[in-house]
Amino acid sequence: MSSLTPERVEERLQARFPGVAIRRQTGPAVRDFTLVLPVEQLVEMCEFLRDDPELDFAMLSWIAGCDYLPRAPRFEVVYNLLSLSHNLRLHLKVEVPEERARVPSLVGVWPTANWHERETFDFYGIEFSGHPDLTRILLPDDWVGHPLRKDSPLGYEEVAFTHNTPHRILPSPSLKKLKPKKVKYRAH
Amino acid sequence: MTLNMGPQHPSTHGVLRVALELDGETVVRAKPIIGYLHTGMEKQAEYKTYTQSIPQTDRMDYLAPMSNNLAFCLAVEKLLGIEAPPRAQAIRVLLTELTRISAHCVWLGTHALDIGAMTVFFYCFREREKVLSLYDHVCGARMTASYFRVGGLAMDIPEGFLDRCQKFVDEMPAHTDEYESLLTRNPIWLARTEGVAPLSRHDAIALGATGPTLRGSGVDWDLRKQEPYCAYDSYDFDVPVGKNGDAYDRYQVRVREIREATRIAGQAIARIRSMGEKGEYRLRDYKYVLPPKEEVKTSMEALIHHFKIVAHGFFPPVGEAYRAIEAPKGELGFYFVSDGTPRPWRMKVRSPSFVNLQTLPTMIEGRLVADVITAIGSLDIVLGEIDR
Amino acid sequence: MTDRKPSNPLRILSPAEPAAPPVPERVLPATPEDALREEVEKGLLFTTAENMVAWAVNNARANAIWPLGFGLACCAIEMMAIVGPRFDISRFGAEVFRASPRQADLMIVAGRVSVKMAPVVRQLYDQMPDPKWVIAMGACSSCGGVFNNYAIVQGVDKVVPVDVYVPGCPPRPEALIHGIMKLQEKILASKPELGPFVPRKKKGAA
Repeated sequence: MSSLTPERVEERLQARFPGVAIRRQTGPAVRDFTLVLPVEQLVEMCEFLRDDPELDFAMLSWIAGCDYLPRAPRFEVVYNLLSLSHNLRLHLKVEVPEERARVPSLVGVWPTANWHERETFDFYGIEFSGHPDLTRILLPDDWVGHPLRKDSPLGYEEVAFTHNTPHRILPSPSLKKLKPKKVKYRAH
Repeated sequence: MTLNMGPQHPSTHGVLRVALELDGETVVRAKPIIGYLHTGMEKQAEYKTYTQSIPQTDRMDYLAPMSNNLAFCLAVEKLLGIEAPPRAQAIRVLLTELTRISAHCVWLGTHALDIGAMTVFFYCFREREKVLSLYDHVCGARMTASYFRVGGLAMDIPEGFLDRCQKFVDEMPAHTDEYESLLTRNPIWLARTEGVAPLSRHDAIALGATGPTLRGSGVDWDLRKQEPYCAYDSYDFDVPVGKNGDAYDRYQVRVREIREATRIAGQAIARIRSMGEKGEYRLRDYKYVLPPKEEVKTSMEALIHHFKIVAHGFFPPVGEAYRAIEAPKGELGFYFVSDGTPRPWRMKVRSPSFVNLQTLPTMIEGRLVADVITAIGSLDIVLGEIDR
Repeated sequence: MTDRKPSNPLRILSPAEPAAPPVPERVLPATPEDALREEVEKGLLFTTAENMVAWAVNNARANAIWPLGFGLACCAIEMMAIVGPRFDISRFGAEVFRASPRQADLMIVAGRVSVKMAPVVRQLYDQMPDPKWVIAMGACSSCGGVFNNYAIVQGVDKVVPVDVYVPGCPPRPEALIHGIMKLQEKILASKPELGPFVPRKKKGAA
């Protein structure tokens, strides 16, 4: 078992990027070690996390967007990094304001980011600059809007019950003779 | 020539579309196009309480429904900071390993069917029917079980369930030997899968593959060993790892996983028996977990807790949590952001097939078009999970 | 109770609610029920020879339905289970699941139909040659099921005409077999469209 701790990761990262504001997210139930990074140096920091032999975050597990609508900055993009050799997970967060919803793409650092970034773009409209093919992935190509934003509706369709469908066909006695004759089923 | 392997195809294991650019029989470029089963589960979860979203998770990886339930429940339990009692954990392990056996059986049957070995399909589905009837016994539903709840199980296991499980676990190794005798040294199988759709170790890690896809390429990474949950570190099992990363190695890894899962299930049955055939199946933390019905009918506090949890849902702390498990397909994880209300602010599903499918172009570019089917089959994807 | 007005299935008239006004006589069918009755009466056969041919054709069609392999989601696994040895569907005539819609006559829409998939479903349905039938298997394809949101079409009958709805989530294989048998009953009781080469006499009002 390796002795790399998340605090050591934060130390090394801050030492390598001295002027940059890296803060740890705190909260009553923030159960994973989360670092909030600025958008500008994201790619260099991720390359450092991947290439440095002591840290060795070789795998990017997933990328997710999140919309905190009344708050500014509105969006957050969360990255989950995994170091196989040290058995350590790390969350990185990037705060994305609504007016400038652009984040540099991590496809050059971890190729797996490709589809995750497409999905985040599809759901939230956050652009990833430098992505080779930033198109919709899960929704139809001609869909308008970004469904997981908090101001997008769920798309709930009113279910038809008796009390809200006044103009439906009511069953009447004369329809009984239109029932098809009961045919005895024969196997052959 | 551009060939569209359309959303309706007998071998794409769901509605997957692959746009292939061919030069004769060689694949020049392959682009998987997904989204034909997008269900909006993540958006819908924001409108339902945590317990109401558990049935949605069954429909994600519908071949291994209890695994999805387990991942969901563990993530919420991590957010709440609670843990299910040991007996419930043992039952969860038993059912999850049975799920693994059933999911791998379906995989093997359909993969073999695509390649042409029809007999294996019928044999595997025969075993799967036994697991489904065990599901039916324990919770009433054959496939979409929703048996796990936050803090434990929905209800205790019925009488006779452990005996039936023991019978299944005793006869499963013989069936696995049957599958292996049909395929493992079969020259047609070897010709179709050995050396086909290779994925190097470096590519597998860079592309984020997990599960048998990663282990087939030689990386010893299994979340049951590395980030143990439900007391998996107290069970005795091995993790099979392949060498070359081709389809044959992934087949070997999965068949050995069926054997290991049978072993774990046997140990879990013994453990449950030692803790009592009937006993504690839910945590007694009534702030988050429903109290048992006997107490609801006799104690006022339990009644109030029951009412609050059923009418509003439980109120988790403000925060976020991510928890992953080793599902049959790979690393299945749920990320919750909670704002203190009974409905999650964000639910993100990290589904293994979504990431594993990204390795498809790497596997088949430059190879023959007939190997595309083998590659898709050996990846073991489920579109319900990819598209959510 | 009075706010439930227009729904009055027992047609109990209260003093506050007068009887329905008389429907004026028109040449075209006045109500949807009359139109339905006219359609069905057009389908009744009158000659013995046609009846025998219809019986033969219907039995042939009902006992040899070949489904299109169209599994979308979880219901597809239960559909695969009826192909398996325990709930054998080939004893009902559905021996092979054809891969191509051009060779199939039954489309079992097994699973949720997403908005991206709906045009594909329609295209496959159009590609199937007559006679064709559709079974909506499961709650999602019957009515949207568990998922009432932006991404799922609330019932595949918004896209293709459905003959039999099989509820369940997923329906047990026995339930799907029951649905297929109901479809067989429907085929056996229907007037077969025999194609353009069989001369047909026009009966009654065409």
